Amino acid sequence: MTQSPIDRVAGATPAPLARRIKGLSDRTIAWIFVAPTIFLLLAVNIFPLIWTIWLSFTNFRVNRPNNAVEWVGLENYRRILGDADIWNTMQATAHFLIWTIVLQVLIGFALAFLINKKFRGNDLWTTIIVFPMMLSPAVVGNFWTFLYQPQIGLFNYAVSFFSGIDPASFSMIGDVNLAPWAIVIADTWMWTPFVMLICLAGLRSIPDSIYEAAECDRASPWRQFWTITIPMVLPFLMLAVLFRGIENFKMFDLVVQLTGGGPGSITELTSINLKREAFEKWRTGYSSAYAVILFVTVFGLASIYVKALNKVKDR
Amino acid sequence: MKMTKLSTTALCALVAGSISSAAHADDLTLCWAAWDPANALIELSKDFEAQSGNKMSFEFVPWPNFADRMLNELNSGGKLCDLLIGDSQWIGGAAENGQYLKLNDFFAANNITMDDFIPATVTGYAEWPKGTPNYYALPAFGDVVGWTYRKDWFERPELQAEFAAKYGRPLGVPASLEELRDIAQFFQGRDIDGTTVYGAAIYTERGSEGITMGVTNAMYNYGFLYENPEKPYDLAGFVNSPGAVAGLEFYKSLYDTATPPGSSNWYMGENIDAYKSGQVAMQMNFAFIWPGVEADPNVGGGKSGYFPNPAGPAGQFAQLGGQGISVVANSDSQEAALDYIKWFAQPDVQAKWWSLGGYSALKAVVEDPGFATSQPYAQTFLDSMAIVKDFWAEPSYAQLLLAMQSRVHNYVIAGQGTAQEALDGLVTDWTEVFEEEGKL
Repeated sequence: MTQSPIDRVAGATPAPLARRIKGLSDRTIAWIFVAPTIFLLLAVNIFPLIWTIWLSFTNFRVNRPNNAVEWVGLENYRRILGDADIWNTMQATAHFLIWTIVLQVLIGFALAFLINKKFRGNDLWTTIIVFPMMLSPAVVGNFWTFLYQPQIGLFNYAVSFFSGIDPASFSMIGDVNLAPWAIVIADTWMWTPFVMLICLAGLRSIPDSIYEAAECDRASPWRQFWTITIPMVLPFLMLAVLFRGIENFKMFDLVVQLTGGGPGSITELTSINLKREAFEKWRTGYSSAYAVILFVTVFGLASIYVKALNKVKDR
Repeated sequence: MKMTKLSTTALCALVAGSISSAAHADDLTLCWAAWDPANALIELSKDFEAQSGNKMSFEFVPWPNFADRMLNELNSGGKLCDLLIGDSQWIGGAAENGQYLKLNDFFAANNITMDDFIPATVTGYAEWPKGTPNYYALPAFGDVVGWTYRKDWFERPELQAEFAAKYGRPLGVPASLEELRDIAQFFQGRDIDGTTVYGAAIYTERGSEGITMGVTNAMYNYGFLYENPEKPYDLAGFVNSPGAVAGLEFYKSLYDTATPPGSSNWYMGENIDAYKSGQVAMQMNFAFIWPGVEADPNVGGGKSGYFPNPAGPAGQFAQLGGQGISVVANSDSQEAALDYIKWFAQPDVQAKWWSLGGYSALKAVVEDPGFATSQPYAQTFLDSMAIVKDFWAEPSYAQLLLAMQSRVHNYVIAGQGTAQEALDGLVTDWTEVFEEEGKL
């Protein structure tokens, strides 16, 4: 005779407790199991979120425990949305976000396409290509500061080798025009393999029979690529864009190590700016409002994007 | 039975109490930045451990994260540090928020007087509000921005001759900031022993306090003032005065024409590396590095010389560094921490502190007849300490500092806008901070 889960749990517990458990409904037992998770979710996610929203309407500063906390209404939001410096950091973030995603998707897909072809040493190349994403972003940031050194950096020498420009004549992280590209290049080097892996999974999920059928219909490789490969890999590509978009919106460590947000404020992304407001200037109320604005932006954009992704998957 | 249990508990409590009082030893944790002087302090503190029976632990944080880490610790009411050698700018916030113990009564009870210390260090590291006899720290480590130069290069006859022909004066320690720039430009891109070298390594770091600690050495000397001397927090016309603008323009011209390529985010560590590796003829840096320079096989042993920050049109000043040692109000071992300060303030301990590489701020040490000749850099240290000025030490110093970092970096390194616009913007930023603070 098979025992119900309730009987099994009751059998494994001491008699007095078992009697009580036997008397509980399925719904109650389900709640007992789910309660710790819900409690953790409330304590770690929901409560801090509500607390942050409340703080965003105050002038609270965590480094002034003796000061009275005053309700300032929407003042923090008004100041943030009217602050030119914050809009500059938004612009820097948008530049970083768009270019890293474009480059990572293009290069990642191209690499996946090549790796998907069967050739000798395929596995070895995959391992080598994946290597950068196994490193810590802080290490990558440090590593690229050396590569970008005008006197000794390999990057500058490589540029010099191909273009004939003196390697000491330009500074990738010190020049206001080059620094935004310096962080894009370093991030692309690190995270393209991630996009490649997702694309590879997409490419390998396409059944060979579809290509065989297309060949029977005399479809050219170009047509196969546009009508079979791209549509079938598209949901995977979109997923990669979503992951990289969310990750790069909160990019911090790599950029701090590489440029510290400079020169000037040209590479100061929103996450760096927010950290300065919250934990260097200690404007807790103000930075809470800033965090809420960023949360709503990311949440809103991600929701729209996920809906689009689901539509593509359904097609 | 109950009686037996009670007796056992009482006995245990008695034994535990007697053990703790017999040992009478505390574990003290001293927090500071991770740098050479911290290693000297570990060595010095061994004497305290031997004398007091207390055990010392140390928490040293690298400079770029030092303020973040320690201010987080203070603000969160942490108990990590019993003693904290905190930066001079923290004193206002720590005093007003009750994070440091006020030491006046302790000093009085133990015959420690601030008259025994270099006045600039007392004002800079110990007092809050400034200029009042309210002490929250004992001056622990005197420090100031000064210059190190390659004496061996300066003394080369061919360079001497070329420099004299070009500038009409001998190549030597500069008497003014203009002369310093000439020398730096003279060395910029020069081939020395088959290596391309550059003029000077200066502070350009953006993330923490670097460029502010550098640029003020030029701005003070051209006429920058933090506020109207007659009216506190009155900034316009002082922060952005024509002199201040000229000082900022000078610093930018030095950066543009006489520093190594790629030095757009350099602070203490990068400057030391550039100097020791023979990349630059001069470096701006805090005095704490000088013992390390002297001991270095490449640039030490007489190859380097030292000079205070040169004068500008409005006088000769230098940026104060250094720190005082404070007792953290949250500490559970305040008594032992105060014992440490009492021990540390003794003249013989301070003399040993200097001999180990720590810059004592005790007059008895620095005014000793043998002090100036005790090290090649000792006289420069004394001369520099006589001309110091410090950044704001207000509770809102971090906001004031970050605003200056951003404005100055934008102009000097990124080349955005003019010096006048940068300083006008700084006045706006600082005014906003003081308005928020209710001081305006």
